[in-house]
Amino acid sequence: MVDLSTNCGGIKSPNPFWLASAPPTNSAYQVCKSFEQGWGGAVWKTMGEPVMNVCNRYGGYDYNGQKVVGLNNIELISDRPIELNLKEIGETKRLFPDRAVVVSLMVESKRGIWHDIVKRTIDTGCDGIELNYGCPHGMSERGMGSAVGQVPEYCKMITEWVTEVSTIPVIVKLTPNVNNIIYPARAAKAGNASVISLINTINSIIGVDLDTFEIMPSVAGKSGHGGYAGAAVKPIALHLVSQVARDKEVNLPISAIGGISNWKDAVEFMLLGASSVQVCTAVMHYGFRIISDMIEGLTNWMESKGFASIEEFRGKSLPQLDDFGNFNLLHKTVARIDQKKCIHCNLCYIACEDGAHQCINLIPINGHSKTIVRESDCVGCSLCSLVCPVKDCISMVRVDDKSESITWNELMEEYKNENNPLTWEKLGEFQKKHGIVIH
Amino acid sequence: MKNLAPKLSFQEYENNFTELHPPFNKITAKTEAERCLYCFDSPCTKACPTHIDIPGFIKKVATDNLLGSAKTILESNWAALTCAKACPVEELCEGACVYNEKGEKPIEIGRLQRYTMDNYFKDPSLQIFTFSEKKNKTIGIVGSGPAGLACGAELTLLGYDVTIYESNKTPGGLNTWGIAPYKLRQKDSMKEIKLIKNLGVKIKTEIKIGETFPIEDLVKKHDAIFLGVGLGESPELEIPGENLKGVYNAINFIEEVKSEKWNTIKVGKSVAIIGAGNTSIDAATEAKRLGAEQVYIIYRRDTSKMSAYEFEYLLAKKDEIIFFFNTSLKRIIGKKFVQGIECIKTKSSIKSKKDRSKLAVIPKSEFLIPVDMVIKAIGQKPYNIFLTSIPGLKLKDGKVVVNKKSYQTGNPKIFAGGDCINGGKEVVNAAFDGKMAAHGIDNYLSNNFQ
Repeated sequence: MVDLSTNCGGIKSPNPFWLASAPPTNSAYQVCKSFEQGWGGAVWKTMGEPVMNVCNRYGGYDYNGQKVVGLNNIELISDRPIELNLKEIGETKRLFPDRAVVVSLMVESKRGIWHDIVKRTIDTGCDGIELNYGCPHGMSERGMGSAVGQVPEYCKMITEWVTEVSTIPVIVKLTPNVNNIIYPARAAKAGNASVISLINTINSIIGVDLDTFEIMPSVAGKSGHGGYAGAAVKPIALHLVSQVARDKEVNLPISAIGGISNWKDAVEFMLLGASSVQVCTAVMHYGFRIISDMIEGLTNWMESKGFASIEEFRGKSLPQLDDFGNFNLLHKTVARIDQKKCIHCNLCYIACEDGAHQCINLIPINGHSKTIVRESDCVGCSLCSLVCPVKDCISMVRVDDKSESITWNELMEEYKNENNPLTWEKLGEFQKKHGIVIH
Repeated sequence: MKNLAPKLSFQEYENNFTELHPPFNKITAKTEAERCLYCFDSPCTKACPTHIDIPGFIKKVATDNLLGSAKTILESNWAALTCAKACPVEELCEGACVYNEKGEKPIEIGRLQRYTMDNYFKDPSLQIFTFSEKKNKTIGIVGSGPAGLACGAELTLLGYDVTIYESNKTPGGLNTWGIAPYKLRQKDSMKEIKLIKNLGVKIKTEIKIGETFPIEDLVKKHDAIFLGVGLGESPELEIPGENLKGVYNAINFIEEVKSEKWNTIKVGKSVAIIGAGNTSIDAATEAKRLGAEQVYIIYRRDTSKMSAYEFEYLLAKKDEIIFFFNTSLKRIIGKKFVQGIECIKTKSSIKSKKDRSKLAVIPKSEFLIPVDMVIKAIGQKPYNIFLTSIPGLKLKDGKVVVNKKSYQTGNPKIFAGGDCINGGKEVVNAAFDGKMAAHGIDNYLSNNFQ
């Protein structure tokens, strides 16, 4: 029997699936409904300063028939009064004592105001506080949200204001709209945060209407940047989570956010170090019911892999993260096409021919075309295997004898003397020695 | 006929002849177009006799570039709308779609092409065509079926002055008169004809070349001639009773149905179709849809020898057509009107796979089927008398012999394409022949006269 329970920096939940601070956690009605269906936790939609929303608030990015691959929004923090939110948070926590109820906050950057809201929030009986340093629109113009997250000094200062009065764990939610995520993460650590959550949404414009020339979403003919989320942002989130996870100085539990739509996405984030995951866009698209598959899928996967708890695999892939200079230059793979599986779409051919290194021949046979990789020319880029629509038809096969490994950094060791710099000629000799052909 | 099928209401007829493949709407078309893998050097394009850049036109549907999509299709095929509706796509493009090999449903190429072409014909802009400089030469085309129309359209773009001579009062050939109405209506054929006329092609109807207008005069009048005359009448069954009232030719019956004057078409209560080709299926399902109570298809050989496509066979079975395989027609019974047919069972001796003539009747296996109407659908004969009268023209097995690339006949000034050179194939083959022959004519005239 596997145990899905999570302890994320002192915030406990029966499973690692939390709802992110967003429209699905706007009210007790929604959060209670989600808990009934199995969600392990919820970060209440950010409350704080008075706001008013506009319509339209969302823009969807559809790709090749798939609706809402990405979703952007210009919705603000909770537009319900603080008192109402606090009352509902307390009631929800009392009804579901085993779930993680975290409250997201964003107020003016004044110490007294922060102290006041933190104390009132703790009184609800909630399990943690999340500081919204990420909202990239509307609030940032008022000096909050990502305006804080983008300046490490502010990040540290406000976190300190919160942690100096908080008796419960404090999560700092980071914006991805920065040059280097490590600095605000370290600032949060310095401000005594218990957990880092990331990513908040990415600055974006979802599209422009070709008939009306309107920028979407349009508010009576005006538009602006909004926060981008959904499946499309997952690779960016995976990267940023991994950056924070491998930083020795930060060394805090992570609640991962960004395009998590199913249990597989969640596992990827946990393999990169996340203790819990937060979901929003997938729920906005399909509803709370997706939790059933998330719990089942994770349970079945853990059982099949022999993991009894999340801690047994959390961060398992992190040790692979390294700098380019430490990659083995002599690792050689080539593409192999399984002719029995090939359906003759020839997408591998055209991708290689026009977009890569011209290593596939197209040979007419019996009225169709056969694709044959010239392995001696194949640079092992893997593009063909990525565009192939048939599962396992093109595999990247390792062909070096695995006996040697030289990294770029090791190679550079030989040329670190200023009198003996690396030249194209010398690199050519190295390549020739190892049978590497550049064409 | 002794017993006529009961008359139906107009709405019942229309329902019976409603389209087999309803059109896509904007959303469903895009969804299907987006499913296309956009193969390179694609099998569907190779399988299309006119080699339409299918992934190219489909991608343009996906991006809402519908005019560009129509241009891509029309660059290869002048019978684009009629082919979209009448092509046996299961046997051609869709049958070759890589999704079949992947174990998934192939892209509905025919319906997507129709979506593009329906949209194009709402406002058929000529701006997508590039016209060459006028060449001051005239071409005469005999027959306004898909081969003749395609040839005429292509030649017009190449700068020639084209006149099509059509014996019928309404042009279009089989596109107008031969495709089952649940696939293609006359109005669709007319849209293509109108477009080709707008390009500048002149169509003269009710002119019978070889009868009211000697072929020699035509050859003299024009710089080159294209023959797209198709095929003629059905051969005789050569059995007793063939001249009784109620014996029809499939071609004539189908032509009558194409008029869409449903309640004036005479159909027997029980109908027997002789032969099991695609035309037989058309005649059988049309008779059924017009109200016939029992429709039989009588075929001498077994299912494996049947020339009807699999999907046509399935359609007939869905229409409750009753098949008698290994059954030969011995005679048609009746005094003045058809009252029934006498059949006899056959068996094939498997001496040689190739030899279709080795068919033996089973003695004393005769049986009767009471029917009111017999429709002969045993193929069509070439216009032998007309064709043999043309100097220099060579025929082989009733087909006009042409150079495979140039479509030039034994008479250098005369070119030919469509059913009259292939013995009867699809609209799409005829459209391809016509287009290629236009280039053959252009090469011939450019080389000879420059």
